[in-house]
Amino acid sequence: MPATADPWDVLVIGGGLAGLCAAISARKLGASVRLIESAPSESRGGNARHARNFRAAHGAPAWHSPGVYTADEFLSELRKASAPQFDEGLAQELIADTTGLASWLMDCGVRLQDPRVGVVPFSRRTAFLLGGGKAMLNALYQTAAGIGVVVGYGAEAVGLADRPDGGWSVEVAGAERQRIAARCVVVAAGGPGADPEWLRAHFGPAADGYSIRGCAYSNGHAMQMLIEAGARTVGDPTTCHIVAVDARGPRFDGGIVTRITAIPYGLVVDRDAARVDIESHDVGRTHYARWGPRIARCPGGVAFLILDAGALERAAPTALPAISADTIAALAGTLGLDADALARALEAFNAERSGRRHPLSGPPFFAFPMRPGLTFVHYGVAVDERMRVRRRDGGTVATLFAAGMIMAANILRSGYLAGLGLALAAVSGRRAGEAAARHAAG
Amino acid sequence: MPPDSAASEAERVLRICSACMYCDGLCPVFPALAGRHAYPANDLNYLANLCHNCRGCWYACQYAPPHPFAVNLPTALAALRRESYAETVWPRLLGRAFRRPALGAVLIVAAALAAMIAIVAASGSPAALWRVRAGPGSFYAAVPWSVMAGLAGVSIAWAIVSMAASTWRFWRAIAPKVPGRALWLAAGPALRDIVTLRHLGGGGPGCNDEDIRFSKRRRLFHHLMAGGVALDVAATLAAAACQDVFSWPPPYPLASLPVGLGAVGGVGVVVGAAGLLALEARADRAPSERGESVLNVAFLVALEVVALSGFALFALRDTAVMGPLLVVHIGTVVGLFVGLPAMKSLHAPFRAAALLRAAAEQKASEGKEGARAARVLSE
Ligand SMILES: Cc1cc2nc3c(=O)[nH]c(=O)nc-3n(C[C@H](O)[C@H](O)[C@H](O)COP(=O)(O)OP(=O)(O)OC[C@H]3O[C@@H](n4cnc5c(N)ncnc54)[C@H](O)[C@@H]3O)c2cc1C
Ligand code: SF4
Ligand code: SF4
Repeated sequence: MPATADPWDVLVIGGGLAGLCAAISARKLGASVRLIESAPSESRGGNARHARNFRAAHGAPAWHSPGVYTADEFLSELRKASAPQFDEGLAQELIADTTGLASWLMDCGVRLQDPRVGVVPFSRRTAFLLGGGKAMLNALYQTAAGIGVVVGYGAEAVGLADRPDGGWSVEVAGAERQRIAARCVVVAAGGPGADPEWLRAHFGPAADGYSIRGCAYSNGHAMQMLIEAGARTVGDPTTCHIVAVDARGPRFDGGIVTRITAIPYGLVVDRDAARVDIESHDVGRTHYARWGPRIARCPGGVAFLILDAGALERAAPTALPAISADTIAALAGTLGLDADALARALEAFNAERSGRRHPLSGPPFFAFPMRPGLTFVHYGVAVDERMRVRRRDGGTVATLFAAGMIMAANILRSGYLAGLGLALAAVSGRRAGEAAARHAAG
Repeated sequence: MPPDSAASEAERVLRICSACMYCDGLCPVFPALAGRHAYPANDLNYLANLCHNCRGCWYACQYAPPHPFAVNLPTALAALRRESYAETVWPRLLGRAFRRPALGAVLIVAAALAAMIAIVAASGSPAALWRVRAGPGSFYAAVPWSVMAGLAGVSIAWAIVSMAASTWRFWRAIAPKVPGRALWLAAGPALRDIVTLRHLGGGGPGCNDEDIRFSKRRRLFHHLMAGGVALDVAATLAAAACQDVFSWPPPYPLASLPVGLGAVGGVGVVVGAAGLLALEARADRAPSERGESVLNVAFLVALEVVALSGFALFALRDTAVMGPLLVVHIGTVVGLFVGLPAMKSLHAPFRAAALLRAAAEQKASEGKEGARAARVLSE
């Protein structure tokens, strides 16, 4: 195994949004920076590829973010979303950092969308990325390379050993097995969601039926490496953000488009064609996030959404066309459901006539098979305000930093706020990169 | 790609885009998908021509290969665009030139050669072509006016009639169901988009002309080329006026309107088309559709040949090769016009029609409640 003689000032593990922000910030302070990304270049960037907008506080209207959104408002919304024991001091600091985030990203070549262009909603709380998260990642990779960050693709960190000088030696698997020496290491390798074995261990065998909405590379192995090196954990490995997705979508990386948003317009049944319901029929923006766990509890972890033409028309377009049939019996046949049971469930549903809900008058009938889709787990490693990793036995490690989803559970213990994932990844990445560069400079 | 699969692949990909919409700020194709459930053939053809092939959505796409969804919207729409030319062109026989784009190039070369042979045959003895001397009326001494005007007139008339018919058929197919007033109000904005190539600016930084980096070169070269063609048309009209209104036969001096306009326009065409060819040669192939590239190259090369033969004629018109050069230039001009209805040139009126529909639908929805109701996914 070749060993690079001269240690890098900063080695960043993970080329998602947090890693890129860390690398660019550290390099801008003059540090020598190496970034390793386990994905090949075509799939680089982690889950920000599937993201659209980021949450940022601003005291005055900006061309990309109308109105005003104060840090206090941000914090109080986070308080409502997250379970009580989150690190409020850290949350306050990171929220304060989001104030300058939009302009920092634009300085790095990222393009934001003018809300008057296209069909994005006017949003006080979040700014939209022109072309989405992948366009942002492309710009950041270009900027990083332009200022001299050395990026390696297909390079997975698999081992972390301390060096006598206080720095680290990181073992890298990939095309070339090697060790990289660095004074400081920033671990920005994402959360633990994409490892099927880890999921089974914490969510039981039903987890085998989950779709992983993000990329397969954010598998938590680097987080495990930190835990083995003595890092303290935060959050609960069995709490996660989970939504209803199209069961026909891919196992990994389905992203945003496989989400099933039409549930409030139709009837949901399980694989025995028995009606499935949750308490309220909120058409609000997060109803699908409550349906995810509900479907996970269904027999076999699957459910079916039944619609008629009117309901389909009212619903938002879907990536995969609905399964259709001329009769409810034929639909049951296609879905592998009991035809009589489905007909009875439909009859009961139509007889109910509740509130705003339309009866399903069909034919033709349509269906979407659904399964739970995991977005992220509320679990990670504990950090201080400089993103230094906290030790189980007290204190922090001066040369080891964690940024992004891997530390998100410090401030998000449950629930979610739109645009929080990117915002956290970016501001924690910047903090980690700057702190690491300063420490390496001595 | 056979026609049906071009449409079904475009529909498959557009459905994914309509559920995603992350690219909605990149170009007008995406807003036109908002809330859409059905993809009838005419709408698909409209969307294909609304795409100006900037390739921005390829580099931005979260579902590009190796993702199993394998979304490649620029090539899906380019294949469909070519199919929309093939389906709509009049006379329909020309459709083949779009399904097998190399055929179009064959047609032009054949027409040019035929025209040259006809000119030589009509000018009496071919040997006489080498003996013509400079001075007023020398062009007609080489090639009789009736032959020159006849061939040019017929080929231009053919190009105008065929392209007008094709455009009309396309417009009939895609015309939006909006009040006439909206259409009228849309004419201005649509014309502005067409003339300024606004969308090729990509909202500031430009398009992905070659690769992942943004550039405005395609917009610049397209302006040069299209502006050059417009000036050359003006030069031809000026020459006709000089001759028929002021009874002043060609050739004209450099400081005259026909030659001045023609020369500036010719430079625009030569530089613009060469720039576009260079971009085509260097461009990342992944978001390029082969058939469309062939159409582009054939058209640009034809323009270059016509423009360069025109310059050669101007430069050498006082020498012994004037006669043969005149034959070559007129032959290539005739070939270009004969081929025009079966070439990339259809892009100009078809895209203009698509932009008019987009602007009209925009006008018709302005002020309406829920015009921006389309929802965008985000988390
Ligand atoms: C479908 C979906 C939609 C989302 N939409 C939004 C949204 O609209 N707005 C928002 O704010 N947030 C959104 N999020 C959340 C957001 O994407 C994430 O919070 C954010 O991208 C996390 O960034 P990160 O860099 O911390 O981690 P990741 O994006 O997970 O990146 C980790 C990177 O590290 C690499 N890596 C992993 N292990 C190793 C290793 N051992 N060695 C080397 N490299 C390694 C991976 O390849 C990856 O590139 C969404 C998430 C999903 C799944
Ligand atoms: S990201 Fe891909 S799927 Fe989404 S709108 Fe853009 S091109 Fe379409
Ligand atoms: S290639 Fe450009 S113009 Fe065509 S659909 Fe994609 S973004 Fe729009």
